[in-house]
Amino acid sequence: MARYESLLDACGGTPLVGLPRLSPAVPEGAPPVRLWAKLEDRNPTGSIKDRAALFMVREAEESGHLRPGDTILEPTSGNTGIALAMVAKLRGYRLVCVMPENVSAERTQLLRMYGAEIIFSPAAGGSNQAVATAKQIAAEHPDWKMLFQYGNPANARAHYETTGPELLHDLPTITHFVAGLGTTGTLMGTGRFLREKVEGIQIIAAEPRYGELVYGLRNIDEGYVPELYDASVLTRRFSVGTRDAVLRTRQLIEVEGIFAGFSSGAILHAALAVAHEAAKEGRRADVAFVVCDGGWKYLSTGAYGGTLNDAEEALEGQLWA
Amino acid sequence: MAIEVRVPTILRSYTGGAKIVEGAGDTLTALIDDLDAKHSGLKGRLITPEGGLHRFVNIYVNDEDVRFLGALDAKVKDGDSITILPAVAGGALGFAAAAALLGSR
Repeated sequence: MARYESLLDACGGTPLVGLPRLSPAVPEGAPPVRLWAKLEDRNPTGSIKDRAALFMVREAEESGHLRPGDTILEPTSGNTGIALAMVAKLRGYRLVCVMPENVSAERTQLLRMYGAEIIFSPAAGGSNQAVATAKQIAAEHPDWKMLFQYGNPANARAHYETTGPELLHDLPTITHFVAGLGTTGTLMGTGRFLREKVEGIQIIAAEPRYGELVYGLRNIDEGYVPELYDASVLTRRFSVGTRDAVLRTRQLIEVEGIFAGFSSGAILHAALAVAHEAAKEGRRADVAFVVCDGGWKYLSTGAYGGTLNDAEEALEGQLWA
Repeated sequence: MAIEVRVPTILRSYTGGAKIVEGAGDTLTALIDDLDAKHSGLKGRLITPEGGLHRFVNIYVNDEDVRFLGALDAKVKDGDSITILPAVAGGALGFAAAAALLGSR
């Protein structure tokens, strides 16, 4: 950590901090079980998505997919859009984001300040409506370029080349890596790297469990598994509901002073589960998990205060991860 | 005591609209057979003709994905909570739009 030629060069290299108060207590003389948080909110636009955005744009430039002055079109529910908006601004592209209406106001305000344009798809129509909106835009603008984070190998490679090595350097004794499952890029890239280097490492996924309003699927066959996803990289996969995510997000700031978004709470929930298992079984564990972003963009949801029931209600129908 | 199973909206036509149903069995396979006996047709939506878990169906035992617990052979017991969910990526709406865009090129 020192000086960088530009903001783009300051991506990654985030701190890994111990959580001595949240780590499970073990009996005197028993092997230690320690939790470590990788603070990805310390990236240029405040989230882990800066890594993927930078790698995807660089790769597209090198392959000739992107040319100076191009327009990038990205369907995103938030952080990827914000990260891409910054990269696009500094690298000379125009960014158009397609996003559902039911994301927090901070996200859309940030996107606009970074210079991105936003096209909303109605929340009420669910994914079907988003599909229709996207198809219409694509038909109208055949020259706009997509980076498609769900299937872009550069997304996972960003984590294979940066997040993974950083973790191993800072925590050579790592036994578990826990991260969120969305595009799957973080888990696939970091997971592959750590599996190659650390024998017996466990790679654990925490996926947000939203209310069904958010999904808007009509039948099972409308489901989707990201092209990047390879189940063999994972050891376990947890589904974390809104209530648990909120509870852990609040614990993170109350007990350890880390102000994070709700997806990080969901990840902490899974990390605590494996940490407590290890402690119970008397096994040594160094559990590293990802804090994806800070809580700033979610303050307007009101879910940081009031009862858990209030918070759950406030986040109902929202994309909180 | 029984095993509690949470059914997503899109499969509630098989459970008479019920959000939570109860079943029994030692393994996920046995549980699904038991459920299908009471809610005919449900099994066909979860299991493929080849006998595997449907690609777009995720089943969780106490919040953990059964694909990492032995899939259909996963052990279940009274008091467990089972959740059936359609497979979707986080940021559900973004992916759908992205997939559609790519497909339309």
